[in-house]
Amino acid sequence: MENNTVHSAIRKYNQDKMRLMDILIEIQDNENYISDDAVRIISEKLELSLVDVEQTISFYHFLSKEPQGKYTIYLNNSIVSNMMGRQIVAETFENEAGCKFGEVAEDGIIGLFDTACIGMSDQEPAALINGNVFIHLTPFRVKEIVRDMRTGKDVKKMHTSYLDGGQNKSEYLNSAVRNNIMRMGPVLTDDYNPGTIIMNNLPQLTPEQVIEEIKTSNIRGRGGAGFPTGLKWEFCRIAKGDKKYILCNADEGEPGTYKDRVILTERPKLLFEGMVIAGYSIGATEGILYLRYEYKYLKHYLENALEEARGKNLLGNDIGGIKGFNFDIRIQLGAGAYICGEESALIESIEGKRGEPRDRPPYPVEKGYNDCPTVVNNVETLCSVVKIMLKGGEWYSSLGTPVSTGTKVLNISGDCKYPGIYEVEWGLTIIDILDMVGATDVQAIQVGGPSGSLIGPEEFDRKLCYSDLVTGGSFIIFNFNRDLLKNVVLNFTDFFIEESCGSCVPCRSMIPLFKQKLEKILSGNGVASDLEDLQSWGKLMKTNRCGLGHTAANPILTSLKNFRYLYEEKLERGKEYETGFNLEQAVSESCEATTRVPNF
Amino acid sequence: MSKPVIATATLAGCFGCHMSLLDIDEKILDLIELVEFNKSPIDDIKNFTKKCDIGLIEGGCCNSENVHVLKDFRKNCNILISFGECAIMGGLPAYRNPIPIKECLEEAYLNGPSVKGHNESGIIPNDEEIPMMLDKVYPCHEIVKIDYFLPGCPPSAELIWNALTALITGNEMELSYEIIKFD
Amino acid sequence: MADIINFTIDGKECVAEKGISILQATQENDIYIPTLCNYEGVKPKGSCRICTIRTNGQFATACTTPVADGMEIENNTEEINDLRKSIIELLFVEGNHFCPACEMSGDCELQALAYRFQMMVPRFTFQFPKRDIDAGNPKILMDCNRCIRCKRCIRAIKDEKGRSVFAFYRRGENIKVHIDPELGSKLTDELAEKSVTICPVGAILPREKGFRIPIGQRKFDHEPIGSEYKH
Repeated sequence: MENNTVHSAIRKYNQDKMRLMDILIEIQDNENYISDDAVRIISEKLELSLVDVEQTISFYHFLSKEPQGKYTIYLNNSIVSNMMGRQIVAETFENEAGCKFGEVAEDGIIGLFDTACIGMSDQEPAALINGNVFIHLTPFRVKEIVRDMRTGKDVKKMHTSYLDGGQNKSEYLNSAVRNNIMRMGPVLTDDYNPGTIIMNNLPQLTPEQVIEEIKTSNIRGRGGAGFPTGLKWEFCRIAKGDKKYILCNADEGEPGTYKDRVILTERPKLLFEGMVIAGYSIGATEGILYLRYEYKYLKHYLENALEEARGKNLLGNDIGGIKGFNFDIRIQLGAGAYICGEESALIESIEGKRGEPRDRPPYPVEKGYNDCPTVVNNVETLCSVVKIMLKGGEWYSSLGTPVSTGTKVLNISGDCKYPGIYEVEWGLTIIDILDMVGATDVQAIQVGGPSGSLIGPEEFDRKLCYSDLVTGGSFIIFNFNRDLLKNVVLNFTDFFIEESCGSCVPCRSMIPLFKQKLEKILSGNGVASDLEDLQSWGKLMKTNRCGLGHTAANPILTSLKNFRYLYEEKLERGKEYETGFNLEQAVSESCEATTRVPNF
Repeated sequence: MSKPVIATATLAGCFGCHMSLLDIDEKILDLIELVEFNKSPIDDIKNFTKKCDIGLIEGGCCNSENVHVLKDFRKNCNILISFGECAIMGGLPAYRNPIPIKECLEEAYLNGPSVKGHNESGIIPNDEEIPMMLDKVYPCHEIVKIDYFLPGCPPSAELIWNALTALITGNEMELSYEIIKFD
Repeated sequence: MADIINFTIDGKECVAEKGISILQATQENDIYIPTLCNYEGVKPKGSCRICTIRTNGQFATACTTPVADGMEIENNTEEINDLRKSIIELLFVEGNHFCPACEMSGDCELQALAYRFQMMVPRFTFQFPKRDIDAGNPKILMDCNRCIRCKRCIRAIKDEKGRSVFAFYRRGENIKVHIDPELGSKLTDELAEKSVTICPVGAILPREKGFRIPIGQRKFDHEPIGSEYKH
């Protein structure tokens, strides 16, 4: 039975090492774990060693060598989930399921696990159950869901409503997820007939002309890093390689970000058209959409959209009637790793490996996927490209500010009246945004997710633009009822501890030390030199290889900079030195083992 | 000027660092000329009789008694020095640190090859006189402030001599490459 | 003839062949940059970050970054050396490194770097993690307490089909090196010896042999690591 799954997964992906991720995910999804036998069979068929297979399995959050339950529940433990009532939901799950988080109930039916942000920050608390999303969880719903599980109900049939619909209602999707599009701009608007650019414009343009138009628009990567898109395409176009690839990064793992989920739901055709345009420009024949595992529920729907595009000659051979322009797109699922949003880690992952970032140079545009020149673009970037081609680079660059052109799709969550998706022009201030979403009594706002910065009211006049506040779009709002250090900063720091790939020494070993120091301060044992330590350790993080490593201490460093008083009011006054050692605590374990009572 | 006063202690160590301190050959006579010893296993003075200038600590802290002694030294010594691997890093006693204490005690008193079948009462010693074990062996500076560190297992006699004379005379310490080793 | 480029390191003017790494270029100019995860003949990975230098305002690892014409490199500065020292200290606290009981003491590159950078005590709290010892292999012993996860063995030791004998397991602070039960049990004497030699610390040891070199004759007993370079 199980071996059949393994063999058929291996066959389905042609015994190809590069497709190891797909094989593993297929087995995981069917068997709820990957057994020793499965590892052995894969290693034999793919000519890998056992540890080669296991190094990939053990890297990804959603792959497991232990059974995870017939129903595997991943409850989000992000800050927004906590703020929206995760605790009571988690407790109800534990009571009803009869096991703790991190465990599978004895009967093997239900497994309870934590997971990082699943891209539902505007509808928390939310959970993934066998790949399906359940939003707005309450104790009532949890009891209902667990009851359904006990009767063996199909997960898809456990939904009780289809909320605001949009494409979520489509027959290929049938999800109970909300879109919450609160503000549409020129990218998200639905007044475009997909395929128009490919059919009407592309045949008249040379790849160089397309790149020129993109350069004119001055659009920069919307994932957060902000590299000029036109330049990236040009580098890739002129790079030498037998094959070229366009990869779309839909691994939006930055907590508080969910815009790509909505775009993928509502505008998949726009995205795929953007990938075709990019493919045409750089001379690629293959595009890959790297879809985070949390959005697996979209896969079938997206594949259907691809099939439709093939039927309309928007993908395939001689696309749009352009002789020799052959290009197709496949979807690659991730398996749970924030770091795979980093472009070179994403490439490693698509190649079936652990998502460890590569050393640069060489950059992906010279040597990326399959060692060939590769462009990695964000979902939003590729959608914007279509509109740029439609209305012109000049038009696009007239939006926003002179340096930061165009629009940005924001994801707003936390303490505000109207969480959701907002497409705005660059140049808004934080005050504008708070006013827009109905947020009052704001203590702080996390701009750009945990890797960004925590800023306070005195900086709310700062602007969204590449020369001031750069963001991939995540905004989490905290009112004055929130304990920033204990609940927010600690949660973010735990996130980075969990998500560090472990390759660079300062990243894997420094973040836990940052956390210990923060806990020391929170427990009232901090002294002034502890704050100096935190600050000086920050520099070490800049020696890490990738963006995660560079920014993993940002929750602590930016809160220390902008909310120093929160730290200072917790320090022990008048003390110069304090190790935080507590004798009573230190002997409690041995006292318990010997039934003694501390006598000092 | 009165002679500088030195105190020493062995906590969770093997006394090897103290042996190294005594291993300075005839220079020990110079040292006696230079300094006065107070609380120390060398002269068997059990309690501090005055404030000391320098305290030398060998070994880390594995139990409540070690912690009391260390804190007593911090209170009574102007300068406190961790000398040797165990005081600085926990050393050999810290091999137990990753293991839960209950397991350690059961191995030592109930299940280990030298006790298995011989501890009929099955009791893990728990007399009130016995110091309480800490959850792990702590390097000294994770309990109190330590001013200087002299690594080695043991620190070489030369290193200890150099450090002490440098502190006492106020001269710069000479550190040749070969003098600082962790083994 | 290869292209020759000019660069400076701490203000000193140097020349190098185009295309080689900053590390190779500086070594050819008789200048020392400390390394740990790097091993001659094995593709560099830049995971320990000890060879961090600064160029153009950015930190970069000398082992993986190609030297370029006109490059100005900061290497032996107080700031950079302190960053390197803190990485060494991090490695001491993240694992369990009891030098006096280690067969590799005196020949260990981590210890030698600690000597060179005069580490008296790490500035960070010791973590004392629980790590495994794998004694299941007939030829080598793996003591993960000492492993610094530099990936040297992972990168260098492959079988004839290119399969990994050693590989990472898990991620983040819990990452560890695994040896393949099958390929490991068939390890040739040559590969076993190579894996012992390639380990910079005492994490991979030959079985039934220990303390092979007497104190006083070990690699780093008398001279600091990097002494072969003039500067």
